[in-house]
Amino acid sequence: MSYSEKLLDHYDNPRNVGALDKNDPTVGTGLVGAPACGDVMKLQIKVGADGRIADAKFKTFGCGSAIASSSLATEWIKGKRLDEAESIKNTEIAQHLSLPPVKIHCSVLAEDAIKAAIRDYREKHKPAEAAE
Amino acid sequence: MNAEAKKAANGNDKLGNGKLGNGTERGGAGRNRPHTPIYLDYQATTPTDPRVVEAMLPYFTEKFGNPHSRNHPFGWEAEEAVEKAREQVAAIIGADPREIVFTSGATESNNLAIKGVMRFHKDRKNHMITLVTEHKCVLDSARHLEMEGVEVTYLPVQQNGLVDMTVLAAAITPKTALISIMAANNEIGVIQPLAEIGKLCRTKGVYFHTDAAQAVGKIPLDVEAMHIDLMSISGHKIYGPKGMGALYVRRKPRVRLEALIHGGGQERGMRSGTLPTPLCVGLGEACAIAMKEMPAEAERLKALRERLYEGITRRLPEVFLNGDHENRLPGNLNLSFAYVEGEGLMMGIKDLSVSSGSACTSASLEPSYVLRALGVEEELAHTSIRFGLGRFTTEEEIDYAIEQVVEAVSRLRELSPLWEMAQEGIDIKSIKWAEH
Repeated sequence: MSYSEKLLDHYDNPRNVGALDKNDPTVGTGLVGAPACGDVMKLQIKVGADGRIADAKFKTFGCGSAIASSSLATEWIKGKRLDEAESIKNTEIAQHLSLPPVKIHCSVLAEDAIKAAIRDYREKHKPAEAAE
Repeated sequence: MNAEAKKAANGNDKLGNGKLGNGTERGGAGRNRPHTPIYLDYQATTPTDPRVVEAMLPYFTEKFGNPHSRNHPFGWEAEEAVEKAREQVAAIIGADPREIVFTSGATESNNLAIKGVMRFHKDRKNHMITLVTEHKCVLDSARHLEMEGVEVTYLPVQQNGLVDMTVLAAAITPKTALISIMAANNEIGVIQPLAEIGKLCRTKGVYFHTDAAQAVGKIPLDVEAMHIDLMSISGHKIYGPKGMGALYVRRKPRVRLEALIHGGGQERGMRSGTLPTPLCVGLGEACAIAMKEMPAEAERLKALRERLYEGITRRLPEVFLNGDHENRLPGNLNLSFAYVEGEGLMMGIKDLSVSSGSACTSASLEPSYVLRALGVEEELAHTSIRFGLGRFTTEEEIDYAIEQVVEAVSRLRELSPLWEMAQEGIDIKSIKWAEH
């Protein structure tokens, strides 16, 4: 498969690889995909007091497109508010990386990963609204 | 590699620059980095041996006659070359030259053997048996025959890739005309017990066809000793020309089959069409070379393969061999690297030309059916890489490959959430994964 330069760059120099402490209350963790499908992404966000994503980390089991999509996702969401990060579309990721059609699903998974991380963070901060 | 092959690899200017993509033509002192990219996909195809190319060339421009032209020297000299090639092909499998039918390749040979035999016999016996791990051209031919009313049994294999002889024997019925089982598997290199299968078929009166595309010239084959009735041979898998193959069809007792291609009646009516003299010559020469060099080459390749295997497994944990270790082609190594996906890994070892059983590398996004048939779990199937070593592979290349693989796998494991979980002692199988 011949990949775009941007994709190869993310593969060779992935941004924000690593892990945040998932027990930290300011951290949201998203884990999407399945090993049986050959694609698993873990994306974590650390939300600052200002409600913006202060840090993001990822780990991915998957092909070059999957790694690049998740690396790009962490790059884009840093500094954004949660609602801004949530509105990132897979098509934007796919377009930026020039993903071949057969790899579009990797960008979908990356979008899912962002949303899953945000959802997890929100779940952790529900207590005030939790129904009794 | 042996002296002759080395000479051939180095000496031939006609082939131009880069030669065979190996490092031997450099030969400078102190070089430890071979010429890249390094070819390690010898099961996909092989470079045509320069000695084979040399043997073929005159038949394109000087001795260009049609071997079926009976009336003039151009035809006679072409015919002589074709018949000599036929003898060479027969010799490497212990057959009679009259039992060799030239074809365009093993795919055609497999089609001819399977469809040809079943269509001829299906009025009396319309059942055939094969394995789920066969090459697609065998499986697809069988599937096509099912639409013509033939019954096909697709047998599973054991975890090591070998057929279970008891299961095979039990599958035979009075209506079974043909059993088709490949000699050596292209993905995992596993070698089936041909002599045992042949003996079983002989006692039950069933024809035994074997797709030997990956086996000819790599392991000793003897159609008599192994009771083989039909055998498919591929040129481009044994350093011969592409677009050329053969089908061995037993004469005693005679195997009857229906031709697929009709026309002038060449090849005893079994396969019409003007024989491509240079390609025949090339196939013959490739077989002759292989016959001579096989024992030494097999030993050399096995040593290189073990070097690669040990070099990798000594430094990386959780690496699994797919397919039986012993009954295996000397040049095949199929490994699963847990927690690292195959296509991603291949990008990290881009100086090495290999192939993967991962879904991501196939257009259909399905993981290798051969690995699945071995019972390899899906996530491990996604992590597999096939290394195919061959005649022109050097120790330098193997050592370089080891470094590349160890480095890439280590790096990707640092990137992998599954590796992280495994390190933390989490049982990945216990997690409920969300579908996406």
